[in-house]
Amino acid sequence: MRTFSAEKLESLISSMTLPVYAPVEEGNTVIYAPYEAGKKLRLDKVGTDKTPKEVLFPQWETLMHFRMEGKTIELTEEERAKEDYVLFGVRACDMQAIRVLDKVFLSDPVDTYYAARREHGIIVGLACDQPGKNCFCKNFDIDPAQPDTDLVLWPAGDTYYCEAYTDKGRALMDGWDTEEADENAVAEIKENIAKKYDALPFAHLNLTGFDGEHLMEKFESPQWKKLSMACLGCGTCTFSCPTCQCYDIRDYDTGHGIQRYRCWDSCMYSDFTLMAHGTNRPTQLEKYRQRFMHKLVYFPSRNEGMYSCVGCGRCIEKCPMNLNIVKVIKALGEGEKE
Amino acid sequence: MMKKIKARALSLLSDGTVKRVLGWETGETAWDWSPALFETEKEMDSFVYGVYAGANLSKYCLKMGKMDGKTLVILKPCDTLSFRQLLHEHRLERDAFYIIGAGCTGMQDENSLLMKCAACKSKNFAVYDEIIDTEEAKQPTGTKNRMEDVEKLEQMTAEERFAFWQGELSRCIRCNACRNVCPACSCIKCVFDNPSSGVQSKAPVTDFEENMFHIIRAYHVAGRCTDCGECSRVCPQHIPLHLLNRKFIKDMNELYGEYQAGRSDDERTPLTSYTMEDAEPGIVHERGRG
Amino acid sequence: MMKETLVPQLGIVTDVRVDTPDVKTFRVNAVNGGKCFEHMPGQCAMLSIPGVGEAMFSITSSPTNAEYMEFSIKKCGCLTNWLHQMDVGQMITVRGPYGNAFPVEEDLKGQDLLFIAGGIGLAPLRSVINYVRAKRENYGKVRIVYGARSKEDLVDYPEIVNEWCQEAGMEVFLTIDQPQEGWEGHVGFVPNYVTELGFDPQGRVLVCGPPVMIKFTTQALMDMGFEKTQIYTTMELRMKCGVGKCGRCNIGDQYVCKDGPVFRFDKLGELPAEY
Repeated sequence: MRTFSAEKLESLISSMTLPVYAPVEEGNTVIYAPYEAGKKLRLDKVGTDKTPKEVLFPQWETLMHFRMEGKTIELTEEERAKEDYVLFGVRACDMQAIRVLDKVFLSDPVDTYYAARREHGIIVGLACDQPGKNCFCKNFDIDPAQPDTDLVLWPAGDTYYCEAYTDKGRALMDGWDTEEADENAVAEIKENIAKKYDALPFAHLNLTGFDGEHLMEKFESPQWKKLSMACLGCGTCTFSCPTCQCYDIRDYDTGHGIQRYRCWDSCMYSDFTLMAHGTNRPTQLEKYRQRFMHKLVYFPSRNEGMYSCVGCGRCIEKCPMNLNIVKVIKALGEGEKE
Repeated sequence: MMKKIKARALSLLSDGTVKRVLGWETGETAWDWSPALFETEKEMDSFVYGVYAGANLSKYCLKMGKMDGKTLVILKPCDTLSFRQLLHEHRLERDAFYIIGAGCTGMQDENSLLMKCAACKSKNFAVYDEIIDTEEAKQPTGTKNRMEDVEKLEQMTAEERFAFWQGELSRCIRCNACRNVCPACSCIKCVFDNPSSGVQSKAPVTDFEENMFHIIRAYHVAGRCTDCGECSRVCPQHIPLHLLNRKFIKDMNELYGEYQAGRSDDERTPLTSYTMEDAEPGIVHERGRG
Repeated sequence: MMKETLVPQLGIVTDVRVDTPDVKTFRVNAVNGGKCFEHMPGQCAMLSIPGVGEAMFSITSSPTNAEYMEFSIKKCGCLTNWLHQMDVGQMITVRGPYGNAFPVEEDLKGQDLLFIAGGIGLAPLRSVINYVRAKRENYGKVRIVYGARSKEDLVDYPEIVNEWCQEAGMEVFLTIDQPQEGWEGHVGFVPNYVTELGFDPQGRVLVCGPPVMIKFTTQALMDMGFEKTQIYTTMELRMKCGVGKCGRCNIGDQYVCKDGPVFRFDKLGELPAEY
């Protein structure tokens, strides 16, 4: 365990020779962006307006280029990321979200665009000393006091404590100007976090029955009609979600050739499953159901019980009509834990 | 007021005048109300009306209009402008709805008065079957000058303004919430969703494209936008999209005389009627220099 | 660098055959000759014309064909319209093979096989039929029921008449929806024809066609006493990646592109009916 004064935080970040993505203020939002002098760091913000997902899986990225001439096609692959970087200030929920992305992108066949970014990133976690009112991460076995990252920071008033857990993390921390600290220094901080978390409104939800065993029962629930009525079919929940990773692949004519790019897509969108002969999810009810069934039932059914919701609370804050996954869990589940 | 509205809605539902009620229902916290459709008296238990009923229900009426029987819809004064504009565009049938005009004392989110209420346009109802309100609700809520922020933008140099919008629009995640909530965006298939349009896209391939999405949308609703403010309310990236629409409204007011979309049916619409007094096209160029 | 599945290889169209007014069969080779890759019957490939689009198509040729791959493609959208304008020599991009295959070396082996296809639904089954013909000793009796809107819409009619119908141990039953001059065969919809023919509920059945045809045909088969475990079908949904990541062909806990497209009916019954 090491420690450093909170005053030194910015100089510590600036001292790193690698590019650093950190939560910074942009307009009246907080997003993960390259940190530069003059930008305002916002390590206090829980549930940032954009998620760290964007660093690993950008909203859009070029995959390859084609040049077409007569009947011939020439193909050039876009280069993969090859520079190390630091992803700074990642919360426990957002780190678990990256594990969810790993399940998708690093399973066979590996998505090499994602894999390259993942491999080159050193992730510095940040314990949630002030969990947000919409947080419900512990329902998914995530500890807000202990992000599963290469290195973890615990804010404690005018000091920070830090500990490295991987070789990458240790190498990074070796370059920081820190002092030795007591191994048990963060025990109290962790205890406080647990207490604060327990007092939150959605701290303890009942997820009984959200599994592959009850797939058809949940799918057929009469609740979906009411739950989905107000859904606008926008992509706010999906794009604000740290685990949503559905994508589209499209071609763009640059005038000099064809650029094949990948961009985020949303199961809420009308053309997501649209084929020449129609769509298999014609109304918003089916689209809405797909999103929540995927997070709470389909994904865990395929991935040894791992949910693809991490309880970050962003959909609670962002949905224009106040629809969200907690309402779904409560309506479809068996109520709150006693 | 809520008790009165709920009682009236229940009686219209039980006597068969309406088949369903479009209103708001309670959520998990004091403020996270959602639009909801109530089809039985039992369902009406969770019906609410009050300061967290900020969402404009007019756009949902497009869906309700296709259902059998009358729908009771609760509309706040500014929501009635959107509804009336949709009537004017023949997107809704008046007979399919029973409108309770509900008094509004200013809508809030968890923290503060909504942007649209801070510069309240009017407490008049543009269309209704009956009004349920209070003396307090008739008083103006916000007194902020509606065009204050637009004026600030106008005072910037072209470069500053470009930088302002570039910064704001660069955060857009293209979630389409602004478009989907907008009562003026009532196209059955949006050009940006149409694979044959050539501009269908979910992601900005260039910054230019991203700006275009919002600017094209603003142009498309110009003259029809009632300034309901929903676009800015729903934006998850807090982009002040309503300023684009307000700029158009301000310009139209200055060039063609004061106009409020949705206020009445017989008013001339500034962009679809021509008079000899209309500004010459060259004025656009002149005004564009900033 | 690890190979990226989203990056296609280049292929070249070496033959175009007009099968019906809206179906053409394209022969595709790797640019340097030979096949782009090996596959098993029922598997699919993503074909693309950069700038136009990319979509999943079933590989119509049998893997036992060592020289080339074939794709029978119906003209019904933006990309397929473009593909239909292609001439020999046109380069396209190809990636795959994707998805599972019909269990030709497992569950189907040693069985009598009943193939039931409607319209372009013959395309994926043709791969299996020709695979079975090439390894005839491994399978029992083969019967094929195939229907289309009209005589002209029967995909690959010459191969059916000149080869399949002539082969020992194979029976072919053709039908068209409406009576037509010059057609002396059966007239009527596939499910009804299957009922009329009546089959002994043994062996394995492979069904492919429009959703409504599949639905009624399966019903007809079950009425005859077939079990769901004897029936296979292959599905089509919107796909972008082909490897279970882009999310759009997800039904229940399955991805049609990766876990399918071939599903046994009992498995399909366990999934939400969103197809």
